[in-house]
Amino acid sequence: MYFSNPDTAVIHQTVADTLHTAAKTGEHGESGGNLFTGLLHHVYDSPKLDLPFIGEIELPHFAPVHIGNFSFDLSITKHVVFLWIAAVILLILAITAARKNSKRTVPTGFGNLVEVFVLFIRDEVAIPNMGPGGVKYLPYLLTTFFFILIMNLSGLVPYGATATGNVSVTGGLALIAFIMIQVSAIRAQGFGRYLAHLTGGVHWILWPIMIPIEVLGLFTKPFALMIRLFANMIGGHIVIVSLIGLIFVFQSYIIAPVPIAFVLGINFLELFVAFLQAYIFTMLTSLFMGLGMQAAHEEGVSDSHGH
Amino acid sequence: MLNPNPGLIIWTIVTFVLLLIFLKKFAWKPLLEALQKREESVKNSIERAEHAKQEAERLLEENRKQLERAGQEGQRILNENRALAEKLKEEIVYKANQQSRHMVEQAKQEIERDKEAALIQLRGEVATLAIQAAGIILDETLDENKHRKIVDTYLKGLPKN
Repeated sequence: MYFSNPDTAVIHQTVADTLHTAAKTGEHGESGGNLFTGLLHHVYDSPKLDLPFIGEIELPHFAPVHIGNFSFDLSITKHVVFLWIAAVILLILAITAARKNSKRTVPTGFGNLVEVFVLFIRDEVAIPNMGPGGVKYLPYLLTTFFFILIMNLSGLVPYGATATGNVSVTGGLALIAFIMIQVSAIRAQGFGRYLAHLTGGVHWILWPIMIPIEVLGLFTKPFALMIRLFANMIGGHIVIVSLIGLIFVFQSYIIAPVPIAFVLGINFLELFVAFLQAYIFTMLTSLFMGLGMQAAHEEGVSDSHGH
Repeated sequence: MLNPNPGLIIWTIVTFVLLLIFLKKFAWKPLLEALQKREESVKNSIERAEHAKQEAERLLEENRKQLERAGQEGQRILNENRALAEKLKEEIVYKANQQSRHMVEQAKQEIERDKEAALIQLRGEVATLAIQAAGIILDETLDENKHRKIVDTYLKGLPKN
């Protein structure tokens, strides 16, 4: 999972080059270039929403809000819409499943399907990483998993967009993960011990070196979460765009079956990656939370041995 | 593509937090509770089944033991009775033998006694006859007592039987 990042970076570079040449070629063949850049725009966020039969509609645009030196553009974009669509779908699915499962002693059908995932998150993700104390963070982990999963999958639907293919969305999720990691650590070991843990348990002379490293470590974990999810989700889409772009590069219908066959394969891969990345994000978040929660215990043990 | 959009970050966080609050209350809590309740009931059922199984096994074992005991008891009673019967039989046979022997002995004694009595009577008869015969022959009547003395002495001289 870690090595997927450089991979995606390589793909990214290749794609950028391809796009560059494609854009140049597009200048010669008139509509080809426009179509191609149009295709690529499906991957990015935009203030317009594509709808079947209706066409593009403009989404409401708000003036940026200024707080100090920062300005926030709270306009509704395509990815915000898909964020909300995913949220609504998740609300409906999860509440339906909860209603169904509460009524019956033996879950069937859809309730059972949701329960399989819930059980998996609880028994294979939360408890192994965080211990029995991790059960109280289950709602957070479950929400993260299902929300990311539905956002990942929504990009595979025609006219859909992958909100998780946007670095701001994954950044927001990673920010929440960062907060949850710190909160769970502080709640498990107390604020004093949490701060003490930042010294890495070394001699005080080394603190000026250790503390920045530990503090940096706090931020790299969610940062990696952010980049991993974003790159994995957009990577697959860019590969698909590039494969379809080949048709425009060659400017021939004869070549079309080959990229389309590849696109089909990549689509299956993306389906798999959608589940995989939702799982990895959740698993790593719970792992980082677990590390912070168990740090106190481990330090206590090493202390009693050290002195 | 890599430029973060602060507005979108805020929308993400807001959406996520609201989603978390709603889902926690309306979905995850009932879901997890139902799950836990079911797990507990399954655990209890299994425990109960295990208990029932152990109880059944215990009862079976007890029954088996009881049956074995009953069989042994029956065998023992049978053997005892057989021995008793054997003893009784032997006793009866022995008693009967003894009795028969005794009866034979008694009969023999009776016979002996009768014989002796008969002999004595015979002797008396013979003496009387002899005296009468002698009287007839001698044609003279001897003193009855004298004669009897002579005959008795004679008879005593004879062998016992």
